Amino acid sequence: MEQEYKYGFVTEVEMDTLPKGLNEEVVAVISHKKSEPSFMLDWRLKAYRHWLTMKEPHWANFHYEPIDYQDIRYYAAPKKKTDGPKSLEEVDHEVVKTFEKLGIPLSEQKRLTGVAVDAVFDSVSVGTTHQKELEELGIIFCPISEALAKHPELVKKYMGSVVPATDNFFAALNSAVFTDGSFCYIPPGVRCPVELSTYFRINAKETGQFERTLIIADTGSYVSYLEGCTAPVRDENQLHAAVVELIALDNAEIKYSTVQNWYAGDKDGRGGIYNFVTKRGLCAGHHSKISWTQVEAGSAITWKYPSCILRGDHSVGEFYSVALTNNKMNADTGTKMIHIGKHTRSTIISKGISSDYSHNSYRGMVKISPGADHARNFSQCDSMLVGNNCSANTFPDIQIKNSTAVLEHEATTSKISAEQVFYLQSRGLNKEEAISLVINGFCKEVFKTLPLEFAVEAVRLLEMKLENSVG
Amino acid sequence: MLNIKDLYASVEGNQILKGLNLSVKAGQVHAIMGPNGSGKSTLSKVITGHPQYVADSGLVDFEINGQMVNILGMEPDQRAREGIFLAFQYPVELPGVPTSEFLRASYNSVCRHHGLEQMDPIDFDGFIREKMKVLEMDDKYIDRAVNVDFSGGEKKRNEILQMAVLNPRLAVLDETDSGLDVDSMKIVAHGVNLLRSKRNAMIVITHYQRLLNYIKPDIVHVLYQGRIIKTGGPELALKVEDQGYDWLIKS
Repeated sequence: MEQEYKYGFVTEVEMDTLPKGLNEEVVAVISHKKSEPSFMLDWRLKAYRHWLTMKEPHWANFHYEPIDYQDIRYYAAPKKKTDGPKSLEEVDHEVVKTFEKLGIPLSEQKRLTGVAVDAVFDSVSVGTTHQKELEELGIIFCPISEALAKHPELVKKYMGSVVPATDNFFAALNSAVFTDGSFCYIPPGVRCPVELSTYFRINAKETGQFERTLIIADTGSYVSYLEGCTAPVRDENQLHAAVVELIALDNAEIKYSTVQNWYAGDKDGRGGIYNFVTKRGLCAGHHSKISWTQVEAGSAITWKYPSCILRGDHSVGEFYSVALTNNKMNADTGTKMIHIGKHTRSTIISKGISSDYSHNSYRGMVKISPGADHARNFSQCDSMLVGNNCSANTFPDIQIKNSTAVLEHEATTSKISAEQVFYLQSRGLNKEEAISLVINGFCKEVFKTLPLEFAVEAVRLLEMKLENSVG
Repeated sequence: MLNIKDLYASVEGNQILKGLNLSVKAGQVHAIMGPNGSGKSTLSKVITGHPQYVADSGLVDFEINGQMVNILGMEPDQRAREGIFLAFQYPVELPGVPTSEFLRASYNSVCRHHGLEQMDPIDFDGFIREKMKVLEMDDKYIDRAVNVDFSGGEKKRNEILQMAVLNPRLAVLDETDSGLDVDSMKIVAHGVNLLRSKRNAMIVITHYQRLLNYIKPDIVHVLYQGRIIKTGGPELALKVEDQGYDWLIKS
């Protein structure tokens, strides 16, 4: 029995779309449609012009069909009846129904469970809850287009400060054409009382999605941010090139958790999302901390290296990752820890699970700069193989320019076997429980860093994906 | 309790069991002896439902709720929840899975099936430590990953602990004595004997008579080329120990 993609349905909503293709006019139209300040248009155009000079990177450990960037539609928004929905009742009924199918309650129920949701439907945010409670604390959590209108000085100051518009091919493309995403600012000394979350969902046919997320934790503040993704079944490959920038000032902490389950193509490798993401956090202040936790279980191709620049003295960077590939998926994921400040510490725990005919690579860099006295890093990269046709690779890159650094690196490779599953079954556990126990054991160090509700979801997701691959 | 009728079974296309008959009643301990390749392990795997061991024909009936039911179509976990247990010849390692967590998950799945109350981690910890005390086992390894870095003796004792936790009606012990020194064997046998009752039955598969000094069987069978060729009392095991299998095979 093959588990079909659970969220494979398409919503029919009238779309307000641009024709396919990319040029300066398209960039200008996007900026105009979002009523952006003029500095944004200049920034976008600069990014676009630089992008034209860049080449698509092909150093990752996978191959894919060339992407025709002129065959992509760069803007699609659910049609607005007025200037935008003021409440849930005004949101397109189909949209709300889609979220309900996905189990995302865009309602006051969420308030009771302690999650504020800024739901992104295709490219435009359709509703935001919790706003009031957060406003009282001075927390800004809104679509990035709204932040541009209401807080242009904050956006101008920080956007591109961690991932410059010219950083890499996909980041430059995103900078030119991003349509929406989330903005979050936590004022000094505030501990955000709820876990902020965004659900992304690619919907419109042949529409690339270019999200941009910017999170700033001011001095002494704390925020935990959750990102979860699902997308409907598609035959065409869909490009996704998101950028996430995190900035933590003195004594601030940002925890960023992701569960990614985009359509990965069918078992012969047809279709599926191309996921080229640039995620980077800057520990700008002393004693600041940024934690990335990711559970990557979807997309035909994953190219993603959530990184930390540890500039502040005593700052801490963490990367916890579970990447699962099955069928013919390809994942090339890992992190960069750039130690600049003194007494900076970083931890990398990466768990790769490959099954069927998939390829799963860990690619990580630890760099200790000359001034980073007494920096420490601990890296652990474990791979688990399910079956005999998959592969797992580890590409560590360690650059040390300061002799006081202490680094540890551990790596293992193991296999989940039919014998393990039979052993557990012979003790009364059904196949799903058996696989779950083994996978949980393998991924424990990562799952325990996830918020509880996400951990449960992540375990279920991995079980579902591996059910047919074992035994 | 268990009635095997004219069982033919194969692994990877090779037929190993060729018309095996065996009847086990509650309260009995059956020993199955036989030379290498006679089909002893295959029998244990077919009874417990290993997916690679395929029954070609015949019946394996097991008493469930007072009725004899052919269990050949049942999943291994269904059989386990109905009270069939296999002590593995080569227990499997489960990296990252704490022994206590594994035992509790297993215990609760059986309880759930029978509509009994499940145990939380704290109650279970008390329960498991009590079991280990009775079995004269060191409790330090219940926090370690299942069978990982266990010695051969520890692995076998862990099997008996699992048996004690699940309290099966039918336990199949597949060469539990292999790789054990005499002291470990005594501890294992002690644990097994504690679990003997009028309600339970056991099938003890072994190469050697030695284990049967400690676990006294009611009935001894000799398996050869996929069939039981001789059945007798404990004295049969002694004779095999003394004279080998040749006299049985030739006759």
